[in-house]
Amino acid sequence: MRRVVVTGLGLVTPLGAEVETVWRNLIAGKSGAGQITRFDATDYACRIACEVKPADHEYGFDPAKRVDHKVQRQVDPFIVYGIDAAGQAYEDAGLADLTEAQRYRAGCSIGSGIGGLPGIEEESIVLHEKGPRRVSPHFVHGRLINLITGQVQIKYGLMGPNHAVVTACSTGAHAIGDAARMIAMDDADIMLAGGAEGALCPLGIAGFAQARALSTNFNDEPTRASRPWDKDRDGFVMGEGAGIVCLEEYEHAKARGAKIYAEVLGYGLSGDAYHVTAPHPEGSGAYRSMEMAMRKSGLSLADIDYINAHGTSTPLGDELELGAVRRLFGADIAGLSMSSTKSAIGHLLGGAGAVESIFGILAIRDQIVPPTLNLDNPSDGCDGVDLVPHVAKERAVKAILNNSFGFGGTNASLVMRAV
Amino acid sequence: MSETADRVKKIVVEHLGVEAEKVTEDASFIDDLGADSLDIVELVMAFEEEFGVEIPDDAAEKISTVKDAISYIDANKG
Repeated sequence: MRRVVVTGLGLVTPLGAEVETVWRNLIAGKSGAGQITRFDATDYACRIACEVKPADHEYGFDPAKRVDHKVQRQVDPFIVYGIDAAGQAYEDAGLADLTEAQRYRAGCSIGSGIGGLPGIEEESIVLHEKGPRRVSPHFVHGRLINLITGQVQIKYGLMGPNHAVVTACSTGAHAIGDAARMIAMDDADIMLAGGAEGALCPLGIAGFAQARALSTNFNDEPTRASRPWDKDRDGFVMGEGAGIVCLEEYEHAKARGAKIYAEVLGYGLSGDAYHVTAPHPEGSGAYRSMEMAMRKSGLSLADIDYINAHGTSTPLGDELELGAVRRLFGADIAGLSMSSTKSAIGHLLGGAGAVESIFGILAIRDQIVPPTLNLDNPSDGCDGVDLVPHVAKERAVKAILNNSFGFGGTNASLVMRAV
Repeated sequence: MSETADRVKKIVVEHLGVEAEKVTEDASFIDDLGADSLDIVELVMAFEEEFGVEIPDDAAEKISTVKDAISYIDANKG
């Protein structure tokens, strides 16, 4: 089987809009949470979120940097975030010099959990108030989930696989895993892969709040709201942004002299077959997803140094995931660190698995693992596991595992290791 | 330049993200200003909103330059 390595990274998150800034803020223990500013959330049960900051902010996002004015006007925020993060990965991997023949074998696998919800909401109001002749001609292709991939391939002239994943909150991890398999199976040599989300709109917040998924007890203390494994956790904090990696066949990367961050060794996928929103009560799907990724990786359990957990800060999910990790790793759990970076950037939904895989890759690069913020009083059952409370921790990191689970009972796990 | 021309020009700059000096009266939306057919649909909608005119599809199809837009609007606005 052809080997697959990571040769480029791109991030747009509530803690910054390029990789080094995000990583520095994350390691420093900063939180991207705050009051919702996109709309008046006064009457909402949840009034907080982790928003991508405006261009004039210290670590804000300037869409004009990589996205044409016309495209910005026509598409939803998740596509803008995705184009920018893909552009960062493209530049980081040094793909500008690819030949035409290489571009035929360079593709995209970029997804989103929800897609263009803000635009659907706004345009439905236009339809209702002004009628069908006022609906934008760009409405459909400005909201479709596969249009990050579509826009990126047009912008950068990539003509390989044109793929998009939609598996709720495991989208980013599935997108990377699927792309890695396309390269391993010789469908492509290079894939820009990951996920994006931009669903911070009235309908998005109201919908998740009505599903009882969001934190509502910390509206006056937003930076304390996302608290995975803590006794006072009461739901997730919605984030937004994108994470994209450049995956490449190992020999192809070596021949180009590309910088290699890590190797994608294992990919696991499973379904809970239990409930649309609640995780399986025994963490069965999570366990099988991790088990498959480990088996495919060829590593032993003791090789894993860091797990970037799904850990959303919901009452049910965090402990079930930890239980599944405990059952799979047994005594080897004592040697690893496991944290949830959703404590700092919130839940990026379809972007989460990709952004968090990038954090795992950077942990390998810098030999430091990011913290779980707000873990003041761990729930019962968290003993004997290093959940990296409050502050980042320097330690040896050679191999990492990333977990992502989503509505619909979908699970994905990725194993990566230093080359 | 007439008042209509100024307002048309402003809308074109805003929608297409082109430099104002490129939006001459002879400029073709597609050939000179980088628009595609859907951009023209959007521009026509914006002209309708701005000037309170209705531009039916058969008339919209004949609008290919900035001057075409200005002339139609001047001839039809209330």
